[in-house]
Amino acid sequence: MQMFPLEAKQAVVRRQGKVLVGPIDLTLQGQGVTIVIGPNGAGKTTLLKMLHGIARMNAGSLTWACPKDEAQKRQGFVFQAPVMMRRTVIENIAYPLRLIGVTKAEARRRAQDWAERVGLGHTVKQQATMLSGGERQKLALARALIRNPDVLFLDEPCASLDGRATREIEEILTTAAADGTRLIMSTHNMGQAQRLADEVIFVLHGRIHEFTPASQFFAGAETKQGRAFLRGDIVE
Amino acid sequence: MANLSFWGGLVVFVYCYVPSCDLEAITSVLGCRDPWPMRSKPEAMSDLWSGLTQAFWLLVTLDADLVEISLRSLRVTLTALLIASAIALPFAAFLSVRRFRLRRITIAVLNALMGLPPVVVGLVVYVFLSRSGPFGVFGLLFTPTAMIIAQVIIIVPLIASIAHQSLRELWGDYHDLLISMNTTQFQRIQALLWDGRRALLTAALAGFGRAIGEVGAIMIVGGNIDHATRVLTTAIALETGKGEFALALALGFILIALAVTVNLLIHRLSHTESEGRW
Repeated sequence: MQMFPLEAKQAVVRRQGKVLVGPIDLTLQGQGVTIVIGPNGAGKTTLLKMLHGIARMNAGSLTWACPKDEAQKRQGFVFQAPVMMRRTVIENIAYPLRLIGVTKAEARRRAQDWAERVGLGHTVKQQATMLSGGERQKLALARALIRNPDVLFLDEPCASLDGRATREIEEILTTAAADGTRLIMSTHNMGQAQRLADEVIFVLHGRIHEFTPASQFFAGAETKQGRAFLRGDIVE
Repeated sequence: MANLSFWGGLVVFVYCYVPSCDLEAITSVLGCRDPWPMRSKPEAMSDLWSGLTQAFWLLVTLDADLVEISLRSLRVTLTALLIASAIALPFAAFLSVRRFRLRRITIAVLNALMGLPPVVVGLVVYVFLSRSGPFGVFGLLFTPTAMIIAQVIIIVPLIASIAHQSLRELWGDYHDLLISMNTTQFQRIQALLWDGRRALLTAALAGFGRAIGEVGAIMIVGGNIDHATRVLTTAIALETGKGEFALALALGFILIALAVTVNLLIHRLSHTESEGRW
């Protein structure tokens, strides 16, 4: 069953009386890579969490083309600071499969396969919390991708990683996108946004200022704030 | 209670080990009376030494009574610990992951119950299990089962409260991840209990320490019957009452050794403090 389009109508997320995101109207189609950009505190993370369903909405609606329960099972989320469960690397990667009743042996076999695909084959018996920042992010990606999600949300997955680790993560993401996983990702890295994006959402003060094809946005943003952001100016 | 034990211990320590100390002066400063008014300092030292040597010989000769009492102590305490852990740990995990209206009050009550007076617990259990009580028909009073029930009631709040502190932090780390994986409540509780197992071990060991040292409640509901409900703590109380300080001290040393051994054994088996583990 088709998951997309995903439609948000007048969606608002509010915490302690402060509007973090919204009201937002947005329709996402089912192909490509969408990059969410904007300055710190603009609401990128909250927007992703809202679309994924972790952040509860205070107003508006969010609808998938399929039933909500079905949609939730077919999504993944990778956090900016990846959460390492207090288990070994292979147990971490296998965990999502164990949740849906895959046998331990089969889950470990597939986890081993994914560990090798993301370059963690030599660390599978290590405790996950002993991994470096780049390895943690790769583990988080493998753990999110092992269930073959139709859509994967990523919240600045390469923040605080060096160039080499960033390139490795981008390769994994490009492969996942080529395999049909819809990627919706926030980033601060304009170079990365240009390399990966098919379309760009520019967020400021919790609202979507621009939602355009990437080529169009990087050629010349429509809004004054968008152009300033691209120039590297401070946008407030 | 802990305060009293501390000051009592301090007086005995200073009395026995500090040369030329004046017990009367110490006890008058602390506002308490000499616990052994008729005993001189050399006698107390001799009791300690005699207690140590008796403990050694009781162990070396595997004294039948001592073995029986020690095994009963272990059986009662470990059974109570297992039952209490089976109740307290899932409850602590449930309190961590589930938001409900009376949650804060439940946690506050749980914390308050950590200081439950054992004697009162013993009394209440006694009333419930006595012939005329609601569970009198089961004939459990003055049996090890009654002692286990009392110990479970005493240590469940302690284990649950300590476990909740650890699991709450772990849930803070796991919250977004487990929600994003669309886990059920049961799966979340499972993940917390498994991944927090080493922290939970500390909670369980605290419960073990409280239970094995318990005397008030089990004296009331167990009755300290020889070859039936006598355990190390009640035997110590009995020997002290009889004036057999050396034997009481010997039993005390064995109780401490037992508690330390079980703690070390559990730590060893669960690989705590190993590199990269929790």
